[in-house]
Amino acid sequence: MIMFALRTVLKMAITLFVIITLVFFATRLSGNPIDIVVGEGLTQEDRAVLTAYFGLDAPVWEQYLRYLRSILAGEFGISFLERRPVSQIVAERIGPSLQLLASSLALTLAVAVPLGIAAALYRKSWIGSAVMIVAFLGYAVPNFVLAIFMILIFAFTLNWLPVVGNGSPWHFVMPTIAMSGVLIAALTRFTRNAMLDVLGQDYMRTARAKGLPEHVVIFKHGLKNAGVTILSVLGLQIAGMAASGNVVIEAIFSWPGIGDLLVRSAIMRDYPVLQFGVISVALAVVVINAVVDIAYAWADPRIRLAGG
Amino acid sequence: MVSITPTPRTSPLLQALRGHWAAANGIQRVAIVLGLSLIALAALAPLIAPFDPVDQSLISRLRPPIGFARYKSGFYLGTDELGRDVLSRCLYGLRLTLSLALAGACIGLLTGASLGLTAGIRRGWVENLVMAAVDIQIAVPFTLIALLILAIFGSSLQVMVLVLGVYGWEQYARIVRAEVRKIAEMPFIEAARAAGASRGHIARNHILPNIVSPLVVQFTLSVSNIVILESTLSFLGLGVQPPTATLGSMVGVGRDYMPTAPWIVIAPAAMILLVTFAVQILGDWMRDRADVRLRER
Repeated sequence: MIMFALRTVLKMAITLFVIITLVFFATRLSGNPIDIVVGEGLTQEDRAVLTAYFGLDAPVWEQYLRYLRSILAGEFGISFLERRPVSQIVAERIGPSLQLLASSLALTLAVAVPLGIAAALYRKSWIGSAVMIVAFLGYAVPNFVLAIFMILIFAFTLNWLPVVGNGSPWHFVMPTIAMSGVLIAALTRFTRNAMLDVLGQDYMRTARAKGLPEHVVIFKHGLKNAGVTILSVLGLQIAGMAASGNVVIEAIFSWPGIGDLLVRSAIMRDYPVLQFGVISVALAVVVINAVVDIAYAWADPRIRLAGG
Repeated sequence: MVSITPTPRTSPLLQALRGHWAAANGIQRVAIVLGLSLIALAALAPLIAPFDPVDQSLISRLRPPIGFARYKSGFYLGTDELGRDVLSRCLYGLRLTLSLALAGACIGLLTGASLGLTAGIRRGWVENLVMAAVDIQIAVPFTLIALLILAIFGSSLQVMVLVLGVYGWEQYARIVRAEVRKIAEMPFIEAARAAGASRGHIARNHILPNIVSPLVVQFTLSVSNIVILESTLSFLGLGVQPPTATLGSMVGVGRDYMPTAPWIVIAPAAMILLVTFAVQILGDWMRDRADVRLRER
């Protein structure tokens, strides 16, 4: 078991290291970033000063080593635009992003799990079909289209909700719903399938045969077992989708978080900030992956022994 | 004695299509018709668009669609902030969106499938390398990779095709490798090898035909995701640059005029929904048709 965990962690570390390296050298493909960030109209002297300021005059290998040291120091380089450590900028923006992420995940769980269970229990009736059709089509609605239609209706026509910023609880309504849309569609499907698998198991029949009330059978025996699958899906699939959704939704609603920062950095070519974004999200996904792998191995000796 | 019945003179392709149509349900038939109409609209855009999509007319800016006050005759869906015809721009935008999605999906299919095929046949370090690359690709959400590529190479049509082409290769690689490894164990491959067939010959003539079906399914599913991805990136201003427009960039630019001229975003946004719905339903339908187990249920 320990061997398996060690191996998983080692694999995770290598993956991250490769990503950091690839991303670093990719951003150096386009020549001196100063030229694109500042653009035309820069005197030769100014250009030289800026290039030296960001350490871009050193050989690429040296820049790479310096970048690795900067990551170990928790700085992640210096932003071209704001001329201060990326870690500082991110620290200011991580709060709003996490708030939006938390509210979206809460909404997703609160809507998708009951819907998924209902779709599984009533799969033969119109309720089940209706839920699945909505979930299926919801998956095809790009989150920015959902956001645009909501803004048109609730902000510009009805004047109910604010569009820009995160000043009050009302500001959370539209971004949260827009971000949750696709997540709800995905998780409803996963929940339904996980519940259907569980409903067919022998222990469910046993629980009913014991004379347990139906709600205890469904929620205690059924949901508890399906919950493992649901949570691992939430961790793996949803983490990636949430990271992507975050970028779009924050940009639309001028939400002062990481996603908005990344879009701006992509447009202005602030590479150090962009590098941080890719690396940190990769870190999150890889760690969640590793935790799920290890948790599965811990729960299932077949995987543990085959892997170790 | 074998009885020979005369068969009607229809091509096998037409017969297959008839079979598919007969097996489709109501929603799926709507999606098929919708998908074909959208393709037709995109293909015929230069012929049916009433105006040139980039023709500006500053005196007829922000005119509403037909049926509203100040409607300017001929501009059925109104005009945008530069007086361009929204309908014509939607048709050309649809054309570009669909072409980009198809080009991207084809590139992804070719690279992913050949990498997966190589990995599955060669095994050893080649396989390890490809699978390590797949793991890395999975670790980073694609929107971020796209932001990175677009920041490095700038936004242009060519770069957009590249970005969309990178999308989804890892799925094809995984599917093909798994299928190849499964098929490679089958007796007919062993027989071909015993008969002295080369690795390339086996790959082309024995393995490839057997993995077409899962690839077609994955292809349709990925077209849907690519349409969404392209629209999203264009919406954020990272896609093709003006005056060329895709549906996503029309929504992105029109966003600034939403309070006064909502038709500029509603028309392309609704078009995007039609495309993603059609492709999504068709992808699901293909998956059902390809999966024999599901068909018998």
